[in-house]
Amino acid sequence: MTVAEKFQSIQDAAQAHVAAQESRTRIRVGVALCGHAAGAFAVLDALRGEAASRGLDAAVQEVGCIGFCYAEPLVDVQAPGGPRVFYRNVTPQQVPTILDAVASGRWQDAGEVLGTLGEGSVDSIARIEDGDQWRLQARIATRNCGSVDPGDIREYIAAGGYAGLAKSLSDMTQEELIEEIKSSGLRGRGGAAFPTGVKWGFLQGSNRPNKYVLVNCEEGDPGAYNDKGLIESDPHTVVEGTIIAGRATGANYGYIFIRHGHDGPIDRAKEAILQAYEQGLLGEDILGSGFSFDMEVALTGDSYVAGEETALMEAIEGKRSMPRFRPPFPAQAGVWGNPSNINNVKTLAYVPEVVRLGGEWFSEIGYERSKGTAILCLTGDVNYPGMYEVPFGLTLGQVVNDIAGGVASGGAVKLLQTGGPLGGVLGPDSLEITLDYELMSQAGAILGSGGIIVASEDVCAVDLAWNMVAFCQYESCGKCFPCRLGMTHLLDTLERIASNAGRAADLDLMRTIGKTMGMGSLCGHGQLGFNPISSSLRHFEEDFRVHLEEGRCPTGSCTARFHRPTRTSPTAVAGWYVEEGAGTTPKA
Amino acid sequence: MADDALRARIVRAVTEQPQPTVTVLSSLLAIEDELGWIPQEAIEEVASRQSVTQNDVWAVASFYPNFRFSPPGTHMVEVCWGPTCHLMGAQRLLERVHDALGLDGEGDTADGAVTLRYNTCLGACGQAPVVSADHHLLGRASAEAVDALVAGLRAAGRNGGHQR
Repeated sequence: MTVAEKFQSIQDAAQAHVAAQESRTRIRVGVALCGHAAGAFAVLDALRGEAASRGLDAAVQEVGCIGFCYAEPLVDVQAPGGPRVFYRNVTPQQVPTILDAVASGRWQDAGEVLGTLGEGSVDSIARIEDGDQWRLQARIATRNCGSVDPGDIREYIAAGGYAGLAKSLSDMTQEELIEEIKSSGLRGRGGAAFPTGVKWGFLQGSNRPNKYVLVNCEEGDPGAYNDKGLIESDPHTVVEGTIIAGRATGANYGYIFIRHGHDGPIDRAKEAILQAYEQGLLGEDILGSGFSFDMEVALTGDSYVAGEETALMEAIEGKRSMPRFRPPFPAQAGVWGNPSNINNVKTLAYVPEVVRLGGEWFSEIGYERSKGTAILCLTGDVNYPGMYEVPFGLTLGQVVNDIAGGVASGGAVKLLQTGGPLGGVLGPDSLEITLDYELMSQAGAILGSGGIIVASEDVCAVDLAWNMVAFCQYESCGKCFPCRLGMTHLLDTLERIASNAGRAADLDLMRTIGKTMGMGSLCGHGQLGFNPISSSLRHFEEDFRVHLEEGRCPTGSCTARFHRPTRTSPTAVAGWYVEEGAGTTPKA
Repeated sequence: MADDALRARIVRAVTEQPQPTVTVLSSLLAIEDELGWIPQEAIEEVASRQSVTQNDVWAVASFYPNFRFSPPGTHMVEVCWGPTCHLMGAQRLLERVHDALGLDGEGDTADGAVTLRYNTCLGACGQAPVVSADHHLLGRASAEAVDALVAGLRAAGRNGGHQR
């Protein structure tokens, strides 16, 4: 059998399975992190219990995040052949009413309805597709999120999944694959926006026997959860993208790198890899193509810097996640000295569709040199926080106001915090900025990994800067002293200013420290560690001035006390310290 | 717990890691999953099985702040203090939790029932502010909800909890 024939038989089986599912009423519950936090598991348990006790002929399924975090827990009910009807903010108590409505067909009676999704209509319920929140999106990487069961590879395959991999194995050479990615204009979504095809080319050029594709889901940026959201909601698009990257670059092994403790994404990723093995889409001689590729999940401890590419490799090797000197670059000597290629989760999530539909198709979406979409997490003081995938070319104002519904507490937007703590803040004029790597960079804005936190005029810029600097200080790995000591001094100074005990020279002091950090640090953590303060001073120096000169907080949001974690040092326990004469050699 | 039983659990956690790549860090994480903390015996086992010095293991264990070196409380409360949660009132929630637990920061309650940690991001920013109890997330956490949650854990005392 050819690769295409083998894949066809896998696809046929998956489609038959899904077709059988679709002949029953389906009830889906979003149980990704946001749903979990909103109480979705209690709703899921209640639905399963109630459906079983009624003997209801319906499939109750877990799905991931459709992006409307504000409406979680979301439950959607789909009769055979009909659209999905979404109930929002569902409680376990509401479950019997929803099932009554399913039985009677009186959908509107069961609770607050968000709308319908999919072909057809139900009563007079509004279609989600007609609202700006959906219309302004272009869901490519998130195409299946909230729709497929992330724990069932057959649903992903039936939705067109792994067709890109099959195509890459049967019809395309390595060079053609890399050319396809280059022509798509896809750029890395971890923050650096480096052209993905070019990066893959670096690895392809090496003929060492062991080569790695690393998937970065460390995602330490507070305020961003799109990497975890993607892995939790549609892990197979990431697994497939990784295998295709392996095929294109001639790599033989892939690691998905996730922070320990994020059980949802970790469990989904592990399960997806196992299922891909079971279907023969991972392992030896994939689909009889002669190409072999293995994958596993690697975990890190709590460390923000572990998301930096060379520190990530240290953590995979089981060491402290501290950045390495470059050169050598990862494509030359990465994990265990072997050539390695590191991609953000989102970048790889696009790859299956780019290969299946072609680079040209992808390159027509987006704006200028920013092709495709941005996957944004809009949070903070907005009406509709959520995870939205929008084409480049929208303005930040469209995103904040038309999609996220503007400021929730009333009043105007004061600042946007974008691109993680190191990205810094923007003023209200930033709402005019177009989502585009080049235009954003010219405007001093960093898209980073896609987190956008909105704050109203009730917030003092010093207060938010304190939070970001406290984070950066806590997370400095300590390797470069300008970062380790600089962040500590910046934090001390900022706490002094916030508590109205600042000194006239403090702003200049912080600028001097920031400059030193920029010059003397190995990785972005120290290089950009002054951004939270420099950007706050650029847009909101007045807030600092009021603290320094008038001895008060301009908005009253700076509290007198600063609760933040402090780096833990091992608690001394009697008898732990090395026995006399043992020195530092191991007992074992 | 008898030393032998403790060591047996450590050895099992280290040797039964399902993934192909086993390292110092992966072994420590497996032990943390099993015990909730890293005893000296764990440092010894990991050093000997990974053929590195105990110093090397300590270097890794003391670097990542998720590792602790004494048994944690039976229940784990984590309060997110990331920027989104900060804007949505995390500092006030922290004070509330401190008061309810009789703590002044991260740490363990005197009765050993509850450990409090600050988390840099629990990953559910759309539901800020977020707290977690024994790995169950609670979003849009109000002061009252946090009070109820802490009261529930205190009532459970040394029963249940996050340890396996």
